[in-house]
Order: sequence, then C-alpha cells, then structure tokens
Amino acid sequence: MGAILNTYFNMLLKSLGNTMLLTLLALVFALVIGLIFALMNVGKNRVFNLIGTIYVDAVRGVPLIVLAYFIYFGIPQGVKSLGFTDFRLTALQAGVAALAMNCGAYMAEIIRAGIESVDKGQMEAARSLGLPYGTSMRRVVLPQAIRTMIPSIINQFIITLKDTSILSAIGFPELTNTGKTVASNTMALIQTWAVIALFYLVVITLLSKLAKYMERRIKRGTEEY
Amino acid sequence: MEQKNIKVHVANLKKSFGKLEVLKDISMDIEEGEVVVLLGPSGSGKSTFLRCLNQLEVATDGTIIVDGFNVTDKHVDINKVRENIGMVFQHFNLFPHMSVIENIMLAPVELKKMTKEEAREKSMQLLTRVGMEAKADAYPPQLSGGQKQRVAIARALAMNPDIMLFDEPTSALDPEMVGEVLEVMKELARGGMTMVVVTHEIGFAREVANRIVFMDGGYIVEQGTPEEVLKNPKEARTIDFLNKVL
Repeated sequence: MGAILNTYFNMLLKSLGNTMLLTLLALVFALVIGLIFALMNVGKNRVFNLIGTIYVDAVRGVPLIVLAYFIYFGIPQGVKSLGFTDFRLTALQAGVAALAMNCGAYMAEIIRAGIESVDKGQMEAARSLGLPYGTSMRRVVLPQAIRTMIPSIINQFIITLKDTSILSAIGFPELTNTGKTVASNTMALIQTWAVIALFYLVVITLLSKLAKYMERRIKRGTEEY
Repeated sequence: MEQKNIKVHVANLKKSFGKLEVLKDISMDIEEGEVVVLLGPSGSGKSTFLRCLNQLEVATDGTIIVDGFNVTDKHVDINKVRENIGMVFQHFNLFPHMSVIENIMLAPVELKKMTKEEAREKSMQLLTRVGMEAKADAYPPQLSGGQKQRVAIARALAMNPDIMLFDEPTSALDPEMVGEVLEVMKELARGGMTMVVVTHEIGFAREVANRIVFMDGGYIVEQGTPEEVLKNPKEARTIDFLNKVL
C-alpha cells in the first residue's frame, strides 16, 4: 500500500479532486432542480403537481448508470441526427447532468418534506398581512424549512459522492476510474482498491461528522424557540 | 338618520369542505367602527366565517364585499384587500426566525409601503401601544403567550388596516394572561377600529361588543346588542349555549 501511495498519491489526490468537483457541481444543480420540483409539488396547481410527481418518480425509477449512458451516448447521437453535427458532451458535463437529475429528484422530496414540516399557520399569517404567496414562501416558510432540511441534504451529499463512482463507466477520471488505471498498471489489486476505499472513507466520514454536528446545533437552536 | 359606512357586506355565504357544509347561508352587514362578537359552540362555523372574510378560506358560494372590494371575485387582487384586514390567530403564528420588530416590519417593507427606517419607527410605536417595546429585539420563543399575542396584534396593525379579525385570540393563553390581551383589544375598540371577534370571553363581549352574533350549525341563530342576546335570548339554542358557558 505504501508503494502505491508513494507512486500514485498525486494522481489519486487529483482524481479525488475530480470526484469532489463532480459532486459539488451536481449538488448545486440538484438543489435548484429540487427546489423547483418541490415548489411544484407543494403548490395547489394540479398540472404542476403532476409534472413534479412524474419527474420524481421517473428519475427515481431509472438506474443512475442507465441515465448516464442515455445522456452521454444517446443525447449527442440524437442531436447530431437533427443536423447539429458539432454537438458533443464531455464526460464531466454528462456526468454532472446525470447526477444532478438523479440527486435533484431526491432533493425535491427532502425540500418538499421540509416545507410541509412548517406549521400551516405560518403561511396563513404571512398571507393575511397581504404578502403574495412567493414572498411568504421565501421570507417565512423556506427559512424555517431549511433548518430541518440540512441534515438530510448533507446525507444526500454523501450518497451523491458515492454515486460519482458509477460515472467511472463513462470514462470521467474520478477516483474509481483512476483506481482502475492504477490497478491495471500495478496488478496489486488488494492494495489498490484498499487505498481507493480509504480515500472515500476519509472524506465521507468527515461529512457524516459534519452532518451529526449540524443536526445537534439545529436541535439546540430549536429548543431555544 | 345618519348614514353609516358599511365596511363588510356578506350575502348568502356558503362554505363546504368536501361534503361537509360548514356555512349554510350567512348574510351580515358590519358598519364602520362596529365591534361584532361571534359566539357559538365549536363547529358552528364562526372561525370559518371569519377566515372567509379575508379569503384564507375560499367561499363556496355567495358574495363578500370588504371596503368596497368583492373578495369573492377571482379578478380582485386579494393581497391588496388583505392589507386592509388585520388578522390575529389563536396560536399567534409569529415568525420564530425573526425578532419581534422584524415580525412587524416584514409586511410594510416587503410591500414597499415604508422604508426600513420608517417601518422601524412605526413598529416601535405599535410595540409601545401594546406595551411590548422592551422586547423589540427578543425572539418569539422567548415570550410568554400573552406577550406573543400582543406582538401578533401589533404585527396585524402594521399595514394600517381598518378592519381587524380576531380568531379566538385568548383561547391558547394561560388564564392569568387573558386580561392583558383583552385590554389591548378594548383599547383598539375604543379607538374606533372595526372588529370581528370570535371568542368565548362572554365578559369581553358584554363590555365591548356593539353586537353579538350567535351562530350554530352554519347559520346565524340570533343577533342583537349584548343586552338583548345575553340577558334576553329568544332562541332555545342560544339559551342552551349561554346556560353552559355562563
């Protein structure tokens, strides 16, 4: 293990950086996607409700790797056949898109549950003052919902981080993909995959601790309420 | 005869939740400066009636005109009308993530009625009026029930409404805190505010109300001055109810 770390440490560290980049980009887009579909789902408009439900159910019902293949291989072919011959997607773009769509569906459910955990009287009080629905949501309901959502969002962050390894299948040089390279170069399979596992473990353990810490802080904050 | 200004006009109001018809046929006019107290057993529809006036509950049928605006008309900007109707809730519904003064400033600032400085000044005046100026920077969870409700009244007044709705404002309070909230409401009534109050405080009704409306089963059963309704009720259901609560 020492030998692998000595020779490949910089390469592994760089690919861990790629993994984190993929995760963070996906998470930012997923939060936006999640917020949009959560708002569609909690509103009273039946059409929006339906669109929100279809999105969440469809994305959750398709394996991430199938979604990634569809975006990375399927979409460029489709667009080219429409006459846009220069169209191409990098593995990073396709990977972020697939992860963000997938994570966004779960995020939508987390945000919806957070919004629904806020007492109905809060929205009523805001509306009774003459504030429009959107302003009431933004100033009164969402700030309270976010407090209850933070631990779940960090958990989803961890899941998404682990899911990035699936994207080694479309050739993006993240940690797992680099592990494949190292393994085939050194033929030291046990050591290589142990090192890769360790890299994931360290980052994810730190994130889990952060989630626990935030959860405790929020609990303490709510007791003051 | 002096022509009084009609603030609220309700005609043939009906409200159903699914198959359950809560308001069956309610008609009522409320004059400017009038204090109307709604009495009745729970489930009689009095809270629903109150919530229909600012359309927190959308009326199933009938017409409600507030300040000349037909709030049951979908084309009327309900947010604009609500600025003129303050509402106070049983469970206060203060915003727990904002300080007391931020609770009061929120609507005037968001709706661009005042600058932050003007809103802060106005909010301090309102807090002084309800005796809560010392708690301007406290957060709602740090207040007692009576203090919360006084802040909630100040918040409802922030947009300068000329009608105030009270939905069982003292029902969630410990008995020793009821008085301080009723005192603020009496002061409002003396100042000429048009008020519609759902309450079980018969003493308040007797002292402050211009008119008591007794509701049961989604209908107005009987109405009149406190003298008429409390001392000489005519309907059997009113007599029965008053015997239980007095």
